[in-house]
Amino acid sequence: MYSKKVMEHFMNPRNVGAIENPDGVGEVGNPVCGDIMKIYIRVEDNRITDAKFMTFGCGAAIASSSMATELIKGKTLEEAWDVTNTAVAEALEGLPPVKIHCSLLAEEGIHMAINDYRQKKGLEPWVEKKGTHHTHEEGKEAGDS
Amino acid sequence: MTGQRFVYMDHAATTQPHPDVIAAMLPYLRDHYGNPSSIYGIARDAREAVEVARQKTAATLGAGPEEIYFTAGGTESDNWAIKGTAFAQRKKGNHIITSAIEHHAVLHTCGWLEKQGFTVTYLPVDGTGLVNPSDVERAITEKTILITIMHANNEIGTIEPIAEIGKIAQEHSVTFHTDAVQVVGAIPVNVKELGVDLLSLSAHKFYGPKGAGALYIRGGRRPDSLLHGGGQERKKRAGTENVAGIVGLGKAIELAGTDIPGRTAVIRAYRDQLTAWILAEIPHTRLNGHAVQRLPGNINISFAFIEGESMLLLLDSFGIAASTGSACTSGSLEPSHVLMAIGLPHEIAHGSLRLTLGEENTPEDIAHVQSVLPGVVSRLREMSPLYQKMKEQRVS
Repeated sequence: MYSKKVMEHFMNPRNVGAIENPDGVGEVGNPVCGDIMKIYIRVEDNRITDAKFMTFGCGAAIASSSMATELIKGKTLEEAWDVTNTAVAEALEGLPPVKIHCSLLAEEGIHMAINDYRQKKGLEPWVEKKGTHHTHEEGKEAGDS
Repeated sequence: MTGQRFVYMDHAATTQPHPDVIAAMLPYLRDHYGNPSSIYGIARDAREAVEVARQKTAATLGAGPEEIYFTAGGTESDNWAIKGTAFAQRKKGNHIITSAIEHHAVLHTCGWLEKQGFTVTYLPVDGTGLVNPSDVERAITEKTILITIMHANNEIGTIEPIAEIGKIAQEHSVTFHTDAVQVVGAIPVNVKELGVDLLSLSAHKFYGPKGAGALYIRGGRRPDSLLHGGGQERKKRAGTENVAGIVGLGKAIELAGTDIPGRTAVIRAYRDQLTAWILAEIPHTRLNGHAVQRLPGNINISFAFIEGESMLLLLDSFGIAASTGSACTSGSLEPSHVLMAIGLPHEIAHGSLRLTLGEENTPEDIAHVQSVLPGVVSRLREMSPLYQKMKEQRVS
């Protein structure tokens, strides 16, 4: 069901843990849906020098968190903002269709962490592009109907 | 498996066919391949074997052989019992009573019937998964034509008070079906004592082959056919018989019905030992389902702060095959309807683990789970933001 890459990142997740006094934090998802992702970033000179995560969720959620934090490390904030869920899924050599929302969660987590940093710096938060939000947020029924 | 220990604890999903079952089936794949409806020698052999299997099935259930109809499995038996009764009795009424924790083979069949104009009452269960018989009685109306309540739940193992519900159904002259897929071989099943009109079973749940099941239809009950065609199964279920499968079912149910207390005593002891051990050794856990009225092999435990599918993947990496009620394995985002029905919060339902023990499990298997599970749970908890939050709240 999962690609080798997903299993490899699930079994040996990179960047697990919290960053003490992070420059930005993003927490997305909710326990109702069965996945919560928390992404921490350290920023120096507009560049992400470190990224870590903590995730409650399935194999795909953990692998997506691991891959997403790998992808944004070393990138400028602008570059990191443009890391899409598709990029995360592709780097994982694909996700099953029902697990695509896990990669969306990673994208949202990155965005939230970056905006948290920007707000702490007194900067305007960047605006999400339309249509990228994953669809099972609080208040919405998340059934298979 | 590459030399690693393999521990199968998913017997509620399926079981490994017993060697005697396979041995009994092989001649009917190899030599006696005749169509039981034909008249020559190899066909007569096949016909006879099907009838022997029918007698064995009937004997195990306390039924007559003429009350046993072979099907392709539990799902077909459930569909046939429910749709067949609904359409046969639609002039009498259109109301069906079932429970919120049935298998999808029952729930989705009822859902389909609702689209055909039937109405369905889905009875709630208590926190242990028990249906209250007086709820059943209260739900009966003049329009009620069928009650369908499972004998035991496949996820949490709770055994329902079928005999009590059977009495109520008889008093009100309502047809009563039970999905007994999980119980054959686990507890004694006698259709007369249970007071059921229809009972579904599936061979692969009790060390028989997949693709073979049966529906018990009490004499005099006439549900409409589900499959139309040839005159097999006394014109009730068309289609050339799955002879080898039926023979396998017959052998498996013969074994399953023999010395049930003796055979299940060991499984029950392992279940109780492992359950108690997990609850004592791993914090933030709870047992789902009934403590006593429970299938002998069923363990269902929720581990707070972590999610079931990731638990299964890690257990699999240690050679342990198990199951979960988390959404993430079902293709939907909702956790198990059974765990929701017993009142679990979503996040606790997502963290459920089902271990279902069977006859081939050994003390070494139990020890292997004990050596692996705590590490798996703490590894996932260490990366869980929910666990982190709980620890922070404790400190502050």
